[in-house]
Amino acid sequence: MSVASETVDWLTDSANWSGDEGIPHRLLEHVYYTGLAVGIAALVAVPLGLWIGHTGRFRNVAILVTGSMRALPTLGVLSLVAIYSGIGLTAPLVALIVLAIPPLLAGAYSGIESVDPRTVDAARAMGMTEWQVLLRVEVPLALPLLVGGVRSAVLQVVATATVAAYISLGGLGRYLIDGLAIRDYPQMLGGSVLVIGLALVLDGVFASIQHLALGERSRVEAARRT
Amino acid sequence: MTWFLDNFAYVWELTVKHLVLSVIPLVVGFVVALPIGWFASRHRRLRGSVLSVGSLIYTIPSLPLFLVLPSIMGTKILDPLNVIVALSLYAAAVMVRSASDAFDSVPAEVLDASKATGFSEARSFFRVQLPLAGPVLLAGLRVVSVSTVSLVSIGALVGVSSLGSLFTDGSRRDFGTEIIIGIIGVVLIALVLDTLLVLAARLLMPWRSVVRSSGRSV
Repeated sequence: MSVASETVDWLTDSANWSGDEGIPHRLLEHVYYTGLAVGIAALVAVPLGLWIGHTGRFRNVAILVTGSMRALPTLGVLSLVAIYSGIGLTAPLVALIVLAIPPLLAGAYSGIESVDPRTVDAARAMGMTEWQVLLRVEVPLALPLLVGGVRSAVLQVVATATVAAYISLGGLGRYLIDGLAIRDYPQMLGGSVLVIGLALVLDGVFASIQHLALGERSRVEAARRT
Repeated sequence: MTWFLDNFAYVWELTVKHLVLSVIPLVVGFVVALPIGWFASRHRRLRGSVLSVGSLIYTIPSLPLFLVLPSIMGTKILDPLNVIVALSLYAAAVMVRSASDAFDSVPAEVLDASKATGFSEARSFFRVQLPLAGPVLLAGLRVVSVSTVSLVSIGALVGVSSLGSLFTDGSRRDFGTEIIIGIIGVVLIALVLDTLLVLAARLLMPWRSVVRSSGRSV
């Protein structure tokens, strides 16, 4: 029997679809880690990015930090965090949060920067307060790039959470790491197919949200024109 | 520090492997993406689909791709070729967009002028379009270079040795120093490759300053 058909058997075996090590549970874990990490990272990175974009302060620092953080090897960061904080959910989660920050930060400040300065000046001239300028003019116009930042952060974290199975995180990565360790190729390939599927589906979802946000932008621009 | 000095030969060997595993995909990705990107910038209707195939490939996480490629290519799981092919795919996927943008940035009047001066299609490509597309191509290459160097280390999980082996080994032995040396090594390789790209660009395109941008790391 070929590896491909064994993989299909693994994916369709009802024994793999129930319990704590079953596909639905692993999938939920994976989505949960991703949501949690991106959510917490967004709480830090988005307000910071909006502030940097709005005031223009520390822009060079932000570019430098996000740029150099991208050069950090994720596997190295995961390994290091794991041995210093031990086994458990906290260590990999901290690493995932740290890795989700650069794209979110970049999306937020570049989004605000993409807004036409004349629009911002016009909003101020109409007597809007700085908060109103930010929340009612800049954020709606920055939305497509902001969502773009969330999109790349999500993909980054889905991929890294898979790798993090090697330092004992749950999620779909377990199938890859465990399957590889015991040379159970159907399990390993089945898990890989599931991770790839999840990444493609999430990317599709965020692409549609981005499209909607773009619609929002053109509505705002249309309202501005009339 | 003593560990580093004692194991210098081993770390150096891994550094060289890491460098080779990074440079091959960069070169392959660039050479593959250049004609595709040029084609995409010339045929507006196909541009969208070419670019979406690229972004689709780029969406696939690296570890699953390393594991799936052997059954597609018929290679062994431990074969470094899997990592090289996967990273070349990523590099090409990103570079296609850069290349398409780069050739778009060549002004139409310049193309007309080169045609009017009697440049053949090939001569116009090499002497006019490629040099003018250079700065944007370079920006793309720098993004791909940083992310490729970082991604090579993931290969250690599937047994393809590189500086990433210091991560898996250090984590197995609970030995932080080894992991830190590995991280420093990876960042240094990224820095050296980036500097080489910028220097090469200064030599090849003395007339332009250099553009900056950013990309992926898993």
